[in-house]
Amino acid sequence: MGEYIIEMLNITKDFPGIRANDNISLQLKKGEIHALLGENGAGKSTLMSILFGLYKPDAGRILKNGKEVNINDPNDANRLGIGMVHQHFKLVHNFTVLENIILGVETTERGVLKMGAARDKVVELSERYGLKVEPDLLISDITVGMQQRVEILKMLYRDNEILIFDEPTAVLTPQEIEELMLVMRGMADEGKSILFITHKLEEIKKVADRCTVLRKGKMVATVPVATTTVEEMAEMMVGRKMRFTIDKDEVSLGKPVLSVDNLCVKGAHEKNAVNNVSFDVHEGEIVCIVGIDGNGQSELAYAIAGLMDVASGSIKFMGEDISRATVRTRNDLGLAHIPEDRYKYGLVLDFDLQQNLALKNYYAPELQNRGFINYPAVREQADMLIEKFDIRSAQGADTMARSMSGGNQQKAIIAREINADPKLLIAVQPTRGLDVGAMMYIHEQLLQQRKEGKAILLISLELDEVFQLSDRILVIYEGNIVAQLAAKDATPQLLGLYMAGSKGESA
Amino acid sequence: MNKIKKWLLSISPSLIAILSGVFAGFIIMLISNPANAFSGLIVILKGGWNSGMKGVGQVLYFATPIILTGLSVGFAFKTGMFNIGASGQLVVGALASIYVGINWTFLPGHLHWIVAMLMGTLAGMVWGMLVGLLKAYRNVNEVISAIMLNYIGMYGVNYLIKSSNSMYDILRNQTANVAASAAIPKAGLDNIFYNLIGKFKDVSSVNAGIIIAVVVAIIIHILLNRTTFGYELKACGHNRYASQYAGVNENRAIILSMAIAGALSGMAGALMFLAPPSGMHIHVQEVLAPQGFNGIAVALLGLSHPIGIIFAALFIAHITVGGGYLQSLRYMREIIDIIIGLIIYFSAFSLLMRNIVLRATRKRKQYAGEEEAGV
Ligand SMILES: Nc1ncnc2c1ncn2[C@@H]1O[C@H](COP(=O)(O)OP(=O)(O)OP(=O)(O)O)[C@@H](O)[C@H]1O
Ligand SMILES: [Mg+2]
Repeated sequence: MGEYIIEMLNITKDFPGIRANDNISLQLKKGEIHALLGENGAGKSTLMSILFGLYKPDAGRILKNGKEVNINDPNDANRLGIGMVHQHFKLVHNFTVLENIILGVETTERGVLKMGAARDKVVELSERYGLKVEPDLLISDITVGMQQRVEILKMLYRDNEILIFDEPTAVLTPQEIEELMLVMRGMADEGKSILFITHKLEEIKKVADRCTVLRKGKMVATVPVATTTVEEMAEMMVGRKMRFTIDKDEVSLGKPVLSVDNLCVKGAHEKNAVNNVSFDVHEGEIVCIVGIDGNGQSELAYAIAGLMDVASGSIKFMGEDISRATVRTRNDLGLAHIPEDRYKYGLVLDFDLQQNLALKNYYAPELQNRGFINYPAVREQADMLIEKFDIRSAQGADTMARSMSGGNQQKAIIAREINADPKLLIAVQPTRGLDVGAMMYIHEQLLQQRKEGKAILLISLELDEVFQLSDRILVIYEGNIVAQLAAKDATPQLLGLYMAGSKGESA
Repeated sequence: MNKIKKWLLSISPSLIAILSGVFAGFIIMLISNPANAFSGLIVILKGGWNSGMKGVGQVLYFATPIILTGLSVGFAFKTGMFNIGASGQLVVGALASIYVGINWTFLPGHLHWIVAMLMGTLAGMVWGMLVGLLKAYRNVNEVISAIMLNYIGMYGVNYLIKSSNSMYDILRNQTANVAASAAIPKAGLDNIFYNLIGKFKDVSSVNAGIIIAVVVAIIIHILLNRTTFGYELKACGHNRYASQYAGVNENRAIILSMAIAGALSGMAGALMFLAPPSGMHIHVQEVLAPQGFNGIAVALLGLSHPIGIIFAALFIAHITVGGGYLQSLRYMREIIDIIIGLIIYFSAFSLLMRNIVLRATRKRKQYAGEEEAGV
C-alpha cells in the first residue's frame, strides 16, 4: 500500500462561464491533516464536493489506496469511507442528536429500531474523541458548536476514515475552535485522514501537516506547514505580497446615531433574549458587541434592524423612536444591516447578482421610474460594485446568487449595504467566510465608513477583528450587557472572563 | 445564437413532458381501440387542423379561458403561492359578467360588454383576494381556503342563478342569454376562421377574447419582470425572509398577488360566458369549472412564464379540439375524455416530477454546504 490514502489527480471541473478546478492534483496521506487554502472562489468547495460525489469532474481521476474509484454520489463516498462536514449543517431540527447521528444507517431488528446499541456506540465515540453531546436533546435546542460535533459524530459513526471539513471554524467561537482543533488532532492521531478548508492561517499553522494552495481554480503548490510561514502561505494564495496591518485614524465622535434604551426582546423560552440593554453608538464610532454565541447578540441586531419585535424599551435613531417602525422606514432613515444569516435574510438565491445588489434600493429614484425598474441602471450599479468589492463569479452581474462561492456571496451583501451610504451600519459577523485579502479590504472599508462619520455596530465572534476595528466594546452575557470597555483597555483574557459570565459589573 | 440555445434548453422540459403525455395517451388508445389507435393519434395531433380554419378558430376559442386561468395559477406561483382556487374565481367572475350582460342593457354599445367583462374580473378579484386576506392576517393556508371557496363559489352561483328571474333559463337549467351588446365582439376574426360549405359560412366561435387574453399575458409579463411591484412579488415568492429584510410589505404582496390571480380567473369566466345565444352558458350542476384546473396544467407546462403559458394553453386547446374529432373513429366520448385528460395531466405531472427530481438533486448539491437556502 502506498503512502497516500486518497489521490485526486488532474481534476478539472467547468461550470458555465468558469473553470472552477483546472488540472488540480491533491494527495492526502493517511493520518495527516491537510489544509486547503485559497481565495474566495478559488475552487476549494468544488474540489471537495467532487471528492464527496456531489459533482462529477470533467476530467481527472480519483484513487483510493492507489486504486481508481468512481464516486457518483455521496453514498459512494460513504462506502469508501469519505465523510464531509458542510459549512451549513444538514441536520434534521426536530430530531434528537442521536436520531440525527444514526439517520440513514439505522440498525433494525424485525423492523424495530435498535436504539440501545446505537446509543452505546455514540457514547463510546463521543468519549473517545472528546466530542461532548447530549444524545437526547433536539437539534433545535443545542448550540451551533454542538451541532457541529453531531456532524462529526455522524462521520465517525459511519466509520469514515477520510474526513472533509469545509470551513468548520467559520461559525464557532474561539473556545469552540480551540476544542475542534484538539478533536481533529486526536482523530488524525487515531489514523483518520483529514481535509480541512479554512481562511484562517493561524489555524492551519496550529493543526495542519501540509497545505495545498489554490488560486483561481489552479493549484499553486502543496507545502509542509511546519516550514512555511503564514506570510508565505498568504502570498502563494493571492499571488503577491500582502499587507497584514491596517491603519486606524483617530476620529472624533459626533452625535449619537443609535440610542438603545432598556431594550428587552423576547426569547424562544421564558427568559428574555435581550434584557434591559442600553447603549449609544455615535457618528464616527465602531461599537462592538462581543459574547459567546447565543447570548442575545443576534436578537439584539434583529430587533434594531426591525426583523424581531421589541418587548419593551426603545430604540432611537437620530433622536427618532423607531422601536415599532417598519423595516422599510428604518432602511430609508439610513440603517444598513449585514445580517448574520446570509441565506435566510441576506440574499434571494434564485435572483441573479444584479438583482440581489438592488435588494435595498430597487425602489429608489436612481433605479426606478414610475414603478418600472431601470434595468440598465441596475446593471450599472452591479458592475460598479462587482469591480469595487472584487466580487468574483462566473457570469458577472448575471450570475445566479445560488451558484456563487460562499465568500463571494458575503462580499455581495457587504457591497450592497455599504453602497447604501447608511448612517448606521449593523454588521453581524461581516467577514465570516472571507479570505484574508477580502477581510482586510472589508476592514478598511468599515474604517473608511467610520472616518466618514458613520456609526457602526459590529457584532463579531472574532476577537482579532474586534480589537482591529472597535472603539468601544460591550460584552453581552445571557442577554445582559455585563461590561463596557474602551478598546484600548480590553485584553482577550479580560473579555474572556466577562463573556463566560465569571466576572460581572453593572454597566 | 447563445440566446437561442438557452431558450431551447429552457423549453425542452416542456417539450419532453408533452411527448411523454402524448405517448401515455397513445397507450390508452391502443388498449381501447387498437385498430384505430394510430390514425387516432394523427387526429389528436392534427387538432383544429382536422377541420380547416374553423377548427383553428375553435382552438383559439378554447385556449382563451385557459390562458387566463394558466396566468392566474402561474402568477400566484411566481409569488410563492399555489392558487388552486381558479375554478371558484372563474365561476364567480362568470356570474357577475352574466348578470351585467343580462341586466345592464342601459349601457350603450361597446360599453356593455366591456363593463360586463370588467365586473367579472372584479368579482374574481374579490374571490382571490379573500384567499390572500385569510393568508396574510389569519395565516390560513391558501390551498385550503381556495378549495373551500371553490365550492362556496360553485354552490353560491348555482343558488343565485336559480333564485334569479332574469338570469335563469329554467327549461335548460342554465343561465339565460346575455344581451347581444354584451357578447364579446368578433373583431373581424369571423372573417378569418370559417369554413365554406357551399355558400354557407360556417364560422368558428373565436372572438376578441383571445386577443384580450394574449394582451393580458403580455401585461402580466411586463408587470412581473419590469416593475418594482413584480420584483417585490418575486422576492417574496423566492425568499420571504429576504423580502422582509428588504422592507417589502409581505402581507400587501400576498393580498395583491392573490387579488390579481383572482382577477385573471374572473376574466376567464367573463370571456367564456359573454357569448351570443349559441355560445356557452353556466349549467346549474354540481361540477367545478374544469378550466380552473386546466389552468394548473397550463401553468406547469408553461413553466409559469406568461408567454410560455400562451403556448401551453394553445397546445392543450389543440389536443382537446383534436380529441373531439376522435368520435369519427368510433372512440367513445368517455374514452376520449380519458385520453385527453391523460395527455394533459401526464404532461403536467411528468414536468412536476422532473422539477421534484431536480430540486432533490439540487438539494443534494446544496449538501455541499455552500448553497443551502434558508428553508
Ligand atoms: N453550482 C455551481 N454552478 C455554477 N458555478 C459554480 C457552482 N459552484 C461554484 N461555482 C463557481 O465556481 C467557482 C469556485 O467556487 P467554490 O465554491 O469552489 O469556491 P471556494 O474556493 O469554495 O470559495 P469560498 O472561499 O468563497 O467558499 C466560483 O467562481 C463559483 O462561482
Ligand atoms: Mg467554499
